[in-house]
Amino acid sequence: MEFDPIVLARIQFAANISFHILFPAITIGLAWLLLFFRVRFTLTGDAAWEYAYQFWVKVFALTFALGVVSGITMSFQFGTNWPGFMERAGNIAGPLLGYEVLTAFFLEASFLGIMLFGKQRVSNRVHLIATSLVAVGTSLSAFWILALNSWMQTPAGFSIQNGEFYAESWAQIVFNPSFPYRLAHMMLASFLTSAFLVAGVSAWRVRRGVDGPATWKVLKTGVFVAAVLIPVQVLVGDLHGLNTLEHQPEKIAAMEGIWETEKGAPFTIIGIPNEEEKRTDFALQIPNAASLILTHRLDGEVEGLEAFEHHPPVAPVFWSFRIMLATGGLMLLVSWWGAWTFARGRSPSTALITALSIMTFSGWVATLAGWYVTEIGRQPWVVHGLLSTSQVAASHHSATLIGTLLGYIGLYVFLLYSYIHALRHLATKPAGSLALLPRRKVNTVEGVAT
Amino acid sequence: MIELLPLFFVFAMGLALLIYVLLDGFDLGIGILLPFGNEREKDIMVASIGPFWDANETWIVLGVGVLLIAFPKAHGIVLTALYIPVTIMLFGLTLRGVAFDFRVKAGDDRRSLWNAAFCAGSLTASMAQGWMLGAYITGLQNTGTSLAFSSLIALTLPALYIMLGGAWLMIKTEDVLFDKAVRWCRRAWLPMGLALLLVSIATPLVSESIASRWFTMPSVIGLLPIPVSCAIAYFGIGWILQRPEILHAGYGWLVFVALVVICLMAAIGLAYSIYPDIIIGQMNLYEAAAATGSLVIIFWGVAITLPLIAAYSVFVYRVFGGKATELRYD
Repeated sequence: MEFDPIVLARIQFAANISFHILFPAITIGLAWLLLFFRVRFTLTGDAAWEYAYQFWVKVFALTFALGVVSGITMSFQFGTNWPGFMERAGNIAGPLLGYEVLTAFFLEASFLGIMLFGKQRVSNRVHLIATSLVAVGTSLSAFWILALNSWMQTPAGFSIQNGEFYAESWAQIVFNPSFPYRLAHMMLASFLTSAFLVAGVSAWRVRRGVDGPATWKVLKTGVFVAAVLIPVQVLVGDLHGLNTLEHQPEKIAAMEGIWETEKGAPFTIIGIPNEEEKRTDFALQIPNAASLILTHRLDGEVEGLEAFEHHPPVAPVFWSFRIMLATGGLMLLVSWWGAWTFARGRSPSTALITALSIMTFSGWVATLAGWYVTEIGRQPWVVHGLLSTSQVAASHHSATLIGTLLGYIGLYVFLLYSYIHALRHLATKPAGSLALLPRRKVNTVEGVAT
Repeated sequence: MIELLPLFFVFAMGLALLIYVLLDGFDLGIGILLPFGNEREKDIMVASIGPFWDANETWIVLGVGVLLIAFPKAHGIVLTALYIPVTIMLFGLTLRGVAFDFRVKAGDDRRSLWNAAFCAGSLTASMAQGWMLGAYITGLQNTGTSLAFSSLIALTLPALYIMLGGAWLMIKTEDVLFDKAVRWCRRAWLPMGLALLLVSIATPLVSESIASRWFTMPSVIGLLPIPVSCAIAYFGIGWILQRPEILHAGYGWLVFVALVVICLMAAIGLAYSIYPDIIIGQMNLYEAAAATGSLVIIFWGVAITLPLIAAYSVFVYRVFGGKATELRYD
């Protein structure tokens, strides 16, 4: 059987980038949560915050390592899989990636050492500074990568000579039309992912009966951060969608499964996009809702896929969008349920604790689905409207690509399994902060055990 | 001044890769040596590189990054030609990088698995880098000689890394582990010499222009310091390794310094051979350079951040200076 090398190169790149994004999605947010724990300890002197830091910094180190190694793979794959992209758009992409290495990678990698191992060797102040610099580094990294990604979606500030891109205005390149929305959307996604992770793992400890005072502090922090940020994320997501409608209307048409240009377009809750017949089968729809969301008018006109010469494959974009929305909806419900419980000073029900622990990795699902919407939705272009993906692929044999693809997939499945297993292992040990409990209680626990 | 930019970036790239070889070289070397230590020694060996490895590895990203930013056309050609060894190196670096954390966080029953992954990853990455160096020096051709040469370098380059790793352990450890490090270095001394000799012989053989550049008067005399200082450093290492009493008196760091001299001289020699090509016989650095505007914007980035990076790297090395104690990873 012969496979199309471009499809294989795309699958390989998608496998890498999907694996990679899981870890920054946690570390970008978690770095700031860790800083929060450290600052709380410094201000209140409550040792529970220090225990919270000690546990989560271990998770951070592990997650960071996975992000680093998969990120290095990414930096090479730009060249191995898409040499044409660098030849044509290297003048733009190169400096953005370069600034990421220079301003973010070295910063976070260097101060991570002090953050992880330097507590005994530097003052509390220097350690706090190191922790903040790591947090700043992870966010700066997101800044540069999203600047490049957004530029590929909504290119600006360039000229084209002999098929190559040349920079005309770096301000316009970095702050291109979709950048502010995408950056905000991704930063919030990362905060939500890490908030659900810390809340979920803590809830899991509660279920296993190995929770200490720190576990509860972290659980509440995660729940409140999530509950506050989800509505903000809904708002930013809506603005991001409107921005996409302006610059990439065919992506919106695919997300909504709108085939023909119409006024008062319905929102399809669920259905099966049928690209051959150009319709959505078994569609369950809310009349006029798509027009209302996109144009903020009931009878607003929405362009359908028929209006575009090139448009992305409909089904994956359509489905990913719904998975993202559904996961986001669940995250909203669970975090508000938790916030409502904790705000009234009640202790959470078993159902809530179970729900939170099930939702531990919900941020991953929503983030990945969101990235599939935006990246598959950009196809068939690598730089929207200007450079197509097939123009920039490398000419490797499909056998080479299949071999390395299988290798990567095997490695990533193994690492993901190991990562989740290690988290479980760490979370099953009795919480360090149990040491803070009054002696009597510890005795009772031992009494029960013997 | 503008026309000097490609030269500046080729220098920056070479410097980043040289620093990578020296710094991640000792990390990888210690990874290869890991199975030869007992359980406690393994922990100290990992602790001796724990706070540094991540930043050390970033230098290869900078090296490849500069290749990509400043010479995008060469970047595509080089990475396409080296697709398979690059992939193998990435697998190795991935296993090695995650093993730092997994070996203490995944539970005691999995520790030996991750120790093995640490070593296997380090060895694979080192060999893949050797292969890439060999392929690059022979002009990225798929001829029999080139493949044979690449495999020879793949087999011998790890010896350099083992030397660097052993030398680092002489700086960071004491007692039994220190003595073990000396023994490991003695064994790696000869293969490392072979690797150096091979690289030195191969480059003039590959291209006549390189040969004529080295072996005509008066350049022979001008270039003499390169092989001479290499030889002094190399035989100096051999001499001092036989004298543990000197090493124990606190001069273990001399081995590391001598290795730095060797790598620096090798890099200068290679640069002299290749210039102005960026891919030997195929493309020179001016043909491969990116648009001037892009080079200018990144020039300022490098000029401002590189001294900062150097400053805080020194700070981190100072914080963790002295003999390595066991780090609290778990």
